[in-house]
Amino acid sequence: MSVEAQFAQPRPGNTVLTGNTAPLGNTAPHQRPHMTEASKPASPQLPPLKAHAKKLSFFYGTHQALHAIDLPLVDMHVTALIGPSGCGKSTFLRCFNRIHDLYPNTRYDGEIILYPSAANIISRDVDPIEMRMRIGMVFQKPNPFPKSIFENVAYGLRLKGIRNATELKDRVETALKSTAIWEEVKNRLNKSAYDLSGGQQQRLCIARAVAAEPEMLLMDEPCSALDPIASGKIEDLIRELRKKYAVLIVTHNMQQASRASDYTAFMYMGKLVEFGATTDIFTNPKSKETEDYVTGRFG
Amino acid sequence: MDQQTAKIVARRKREDRLFKLLGIGCTLIALATLAVLLGNLLYTGFSRLDWQFLTSFPSRKAESAGILAASVGTLAVIAVTALTAVPLGIAAGVYMEEYARKGRINTIIEVNIANLAGVPSVIYGLLGLGLFVYYFHLGHSILSAGLTLGLLVLPIVIVATREALRTIPVHIREAAYALGATKWQVVRHHLVRYALGGISTGVIIALSRAIGETAPLIVIGAVTFIRFLPTSPFEAPFPHHAFDWLQSPFAVLPNQMFDWTSRPTEDFHRNAAASGIVLIAVTLTLNAVAIFVRYRARRNIKW
Repeated sequence: MSVEAQFAQPRPGNTVLTGNTAPLGNTAPHQRPHMTEASKPASPQLPPLKAHAKKLSFFYGTHQALHAIDLPLVDMHVTALIGPSGCGKSTFLRCFNRIHDLYPNTRYDGEIILYPSAANIISRDVDPIEMRMRIGMVFQKPNPFPKSIFENVAYGLRLKGIRNATELKDRVETALKSTAIWEEVKNRLNKSAYDLSGGQQQRLCIARAVAAEPEMLLMDEPCSALDPIASGKIEDLIRELRKKYAVLIVTHNMQQASRASDYTAFMYMGKLVEFGATTDIFTNPKSKETEDYVTGRFG
Repeated sequence: MDQQTAKIVARRKREDRLFKLLGIGCTLIALATLAVLLGNLLYTGFSRLDWQFLTSFPSRKAESAGILAASVGTLAVIAVTALTAVPLGIAAGVYMEEYARKGRINTIIEVNIANLAGVPSVIYGLLGLGLFVYYFHLGHSILSAGLTLGLLVLPIVIVATREALRTIPVHIREAAYALGATKWQVVRHHLVRYALGGISTGVIIALSRAIGETAPLIVIGAVTFIRFLPTSPFEAPFPHHAFDWLQSPFAVLPNQMFDWTSRPTEDFHRNAAASGIVLIAVTLTLNAVAIFVRYRARRNIKW
């Protein structure tokens, strides 16, 4: 996809969130007419949302890691989370599939609404197992299971109760094709996933996440363990994936955020400082902290 | 200044060499002990080791005595031990590592399991005698002996299981959970499989320890002069006698060996050395299998 095409995505004006209180989107300076008709009532300036974090706080024991974060995730777009280490990016991302539930003494507050069902992901009434089936995740380090390439991709399908061998085969193939790794692995599906290179393993993990056709994708620094060429392939893949999914990606790499994302959220000390179209965040940030960070003055 | 540096470096190098020599010395002492032990055993007993010895019942005459009853007894007792300690130990290890909340109670249980591993084995014999032989009326039988040794090695299996589970990195667990697996699915599809190398190693080490145990089985009542084998589980009509062997009296290798050692004549000492060779061969083979299993598991799975 060319740079122009990437920037041709509908974009909102960027919004400075001061502390916890500013209602999202109300301060947007301009509004594009073609977006309003399909938009959610929650934020009239944005195209249809896939999810919306509302006053999301998170606690590790008594330590508050996230402070009332309001962040919309636009469907079929990539939203990047940037910010210095320890600012809560990964913590925020991991709220979306309730993976914090695996650890004791963690607590969520607020809401994450998942559209179109409008279910609150972090509600006690919502089953985390079901949410994890509906929301795929890719981790920082490639983490295939020590099983065959086929079994890795088929695992999510098996968890969903698919037993039919033909269906499994077809859907594994589709997933591997959609993550552009099919040609590299089609002749060795029964070989161990550990025989693959790091970059291939990460694409396999993405295939594993999309095989069960989740509603959205979470990516926690998916390229941080990879060399630039492998990272480039993953970035290409992310641009492809957004045709089908809302993608939330944590990244430490400013260039990657500016290349691969449509929207960017800058977080600092567990708070959302600024959210807006990626071009605006990088060329015309409203907040001084964002500007300092994206220009490399701190972080 | 330069000269002083050279001096210091030379001294450090001397210390380095000295420690290396010390290390080699210590290793050699351990190896030499083992070699002398094995050599002595082989020298005394090897000539006695033949087919007749392996397939004969004990006898008053040393030259016609053999270890058939003791070998079969050891096999039967270890089978009971394995069938009880392995599933119990793995289940307990998985529960403590994956399910139990990491709190004070878990810590208390953990400390006590470590303590259990340190209890002298003769105490287990007393426990087995009181619990299995007298309280449950299981008799001085293969079943009582197997269950007692099962208790004895249970902590080893539990600890090995937990250690093996702990080596599985968090990101593998999270990968499975993130796809929507339940805890039981994560345990069954992933953790137990990836830990199998470590668990098997622990199980084999535990069984090879159980094979060599003498004291608890003296307490339970292993006999040393028995001229029949337990009923075969396949005795016709088939299913009716399948479990009779559990109630049979029994002899085991270490006790047979101990009995022969305490006889006054030289001939019986040769028998003792020969059964010692068999015992060492069995345990060393088991340990070799354990090493092989661990090597295989490590080769297939590297995190």
